[in-house]
Amino acid sequence: MDEPLSLVLFSGTDDKLQAAAVLTAGAAALGKPVNVFLQYWALDAFRADRIAADHGLAPEAGAEGRLAVDGLRAAGQATWAETLRQAKELGGVDIEACSLSMDLLHLEPSDLDPLVDGVEGVTAFYLNAGEGQVVFI
Amino acid sequence: MTLLSVTTWVDARGLSCPMPIVKTAQAIKTIASGDLIEVLATDPGSVKDFAAWSRTTGNDLVEQSSDGGVYRFVLRRK
Repeated sequence: MDEPLSLVLFSGTDDKLQAAAVLTAGAAALGKPVNVFLQYWALDAFRADRIAADHGLAPEAGAEGRLAVDGLRAAGQATWAETLRQAKELGGVDIEACSLSMDLLHLEPSDLDPLVDGVEGVTAFYLNAGEGQVVFI
Repeated sequence: MTLLSVTTWVDARGLSCPMPIVKTAQAIKTIASGDLIEVLATDPGSVKDFAAWSRTTGNDLVEQSSDGGVYRFVLRRK
């Protein structure tokens, strides 16, 4: 389990971020290192002033999907941000903002939620990914 | 029947995947090697998840049962 799991988060909707948070927490619980690289709209969702906001759902969710997601939340499901916080508590989870996306969105590190550990470029991301799996969400 | 002496409990009833495993992974760090932890969960996926987690982490799954939709797992810290 030494090779890390590397997740590239591109989408900024709550359902995709929830799926990514579940994958992160599951890997962390197994003791697998996880690198999370935030690009584009996923990075936007990690802005300190927006992380708790409603980020909508992927288009395929539709009205029925919205009801299903709301139902799970009403039953007490942790938000994706809370799931990531729990995963980080286990250790081995590093969340980095893509520097190009920081430029795109005109963000400074201080604009981001404390869940984000730092800013890096794609070269550093690949170096850390090593021979482990890379998943794009 | 073996008398098991559990020192720590995790109530993960009502929590959805992967929280039962996450809470257990957090809690098992607080007990000594060889000590037991008991987990209650209602997530049906937890049956396969706890088996897989035990196999991967080396924390033995020493007992498991289910009763009316509640799954019980007893694990021994590696």
